[in-house]
Amino acid sequence: MNRRSAFFFLAAFATLLTLAFLLAPVVAVFSYAGPGRLLDALGDESSREALLLSLRTTLIAVAIVIAVGTPAAYLLASREFRGRSLVLTAIELPLVMPPAVAGIALLAAFGPNGLLGGLVDDAGVELVFQTAGVVVALVFVSAPFFLRAAIAAFAAIDNRLLEAARTLGAGPFRSFATVALPSARTGLASGVALAWGRALGEFGATLLFAGSLQGVTQTAPLAIFSDFSKPDGFVSALALSAVLIVVSAALLLGVKLLGGDRAIEAAPTP
Amino acid sequence: MRRLRPTGRFVVPGLTNRLIGLALALMVGVALVGCGGSGEGASSGGSEGDGSLLVLGASSLTEAVGEYAESFAGAEVKASFAGSDQLAAQIRQGAGADLFLSADTDYPAELFREGLVEKPRVFAANELVIAVPGDSELSSLSDLAEPGTKIVIGDPSVPVGAYTRTVLERLSAAEREAILGNVRSEEPEVSAVIAKVAQGAADAGFVYATDARSAGDAVKTIAIPAGLQPQVAYAGAVVAASGNSEAASEFLDGLIEREGAEDLQRAGFLPPP
Repeated sequence: MNRRSAFFFLAAFATLLTLAFLLAPVVAVFSYAGPGRLLDALGDESSREALLLSLRTTLIAVAIVIAVGTPAAYLLASREFRGRSLVLTAIELPLVMPPAVAGIALLAAFGPNGLLGGLVDDAGVELVFQTAGVVVALVFVSAPFFLRAAIAAFAAIDNRLLEAARTLGAGPFRSFATVALPSARTGLASGVALAWGRALGEFGATLLFAGSLQGVTQTAPLAIFSDFSKPDGFVSALALSAVLIVVSAALLLGVKLLGGDRAIEAAPTP
Repeated sequence: MRRLRPTGRFVVPGLTNRLIGLALALMVGVALVGCGGSGEGASSGGSEGDGSLLVLGASSLTEAVGEYAESFAGAEVKASFAGSDQLAAQIRQGAGADLFLSADTDYPAELFREGLVEKPRVFAANELVIAVPGDSELSSLSDLAEPGTKIVIGDPSVPVGAYTRTVLERLSAAEREAILGNVRSEEPEVSAVIAKVAQGAADAGFVYATDARSAGDAVKTIAIPAGLQPQVAYAGAVVAASGNSEAASEFLDGLIEREGAEDLQRAGFLPPP
């Protein structure tokens, strides 16, 4: 065997090992109890409530992220200013923050005894132990995924297009809506998918900041954790896991089909 | 402008396909094995003869058993603490543990019936109390029925949550409903309940007397009347598949009558009933 084929053999073995290791748990979720028992377990009221709550809170969180994040990302992508890379790094911080840290940090900021707890209270808003608190946790952890993709997508727009819009008399709002948004749509869409995926999987920050109560704050990941330890709960935990895997896989596939992963890879590193 | 990605041009095209095929075949294999063996449960042993001891302990035992584990001479002890229900689930899934220390007697009894642990022995008792923040104005169990009081309790499957429900069941229906209506979160373990009270996020939480004690000045306690008090007993059991059952049994002995019992007592635990 020459050196070239020896290398291919080793690389092939490593690839095989990687694929098998990464996919075995996924396959096991579906095959451990079999599809019939998984479907039965999804009929549980607590499972259904958890899935509905996850759907509701993640949709609200992603809507907030899109509404506030899109103009912010546009500004950050199109302006040069001192400390820009610092700002971009700060935005990405929640990406690498352990979820439990995010939960503690949110509690320290917006909890009843938190630094901004008084303001939250004065505004008549209650977050801790409330569905609104779940949304806050989801926005915190998922926003960076959208912002990163959106900044990259806006930065990749050919400046000449925007200049042309301006010379043709379009104001800043119009050129943002008719030129920037359509040009960046694939990047934005993949950012939405990634943010949504992260929000669906959120666990630690939600548990620490919002707590866990069926129908109010117990999202699907929290229900999985709660079910896991119940007698005969393993199967319903698997059933919820299977749903989350399918949805996440669909989101990931969406990103790939949109080609959004390329837009993100091309992101200017801060 | 989009950057072109480097493509895997140097890979022989057919090789990738064959690799993926092989991986998929492997997956199907895993799936088949999974289906065949589903629910067979624990088979792997404990810490395999390297002399160390893996103890799975209820969350409320963290300090006392942690201290005892450090001084235990029989073996090097690694202790992992979580809700007793989670630990029981881990043992059912074949976690390679040697000793299970539960905050109740039900979980060890269940595992014993399933043949996963040896006969459980009760090694300590505790009391349930209501923990409130240090500056709280709440002073009795019936205050918890006040509308708007934010209460956290344990999840029904964790022992502290089950004990809490035992207490509530002994109240009048009206009072029970009022208190349950004030429950804002069901936490996976007692340490999470006490943390939410100590942090001031919750107005009150049902915890063990020992947890309230170790939380210091951040919380004060409201006693639960003796007539309502559940019998909180801690049982331990050597895991049947343990590779080090002698040391595990010795560790449990120490908790019942020797140094471990002293550590438990210092932390505020009561002797077994």
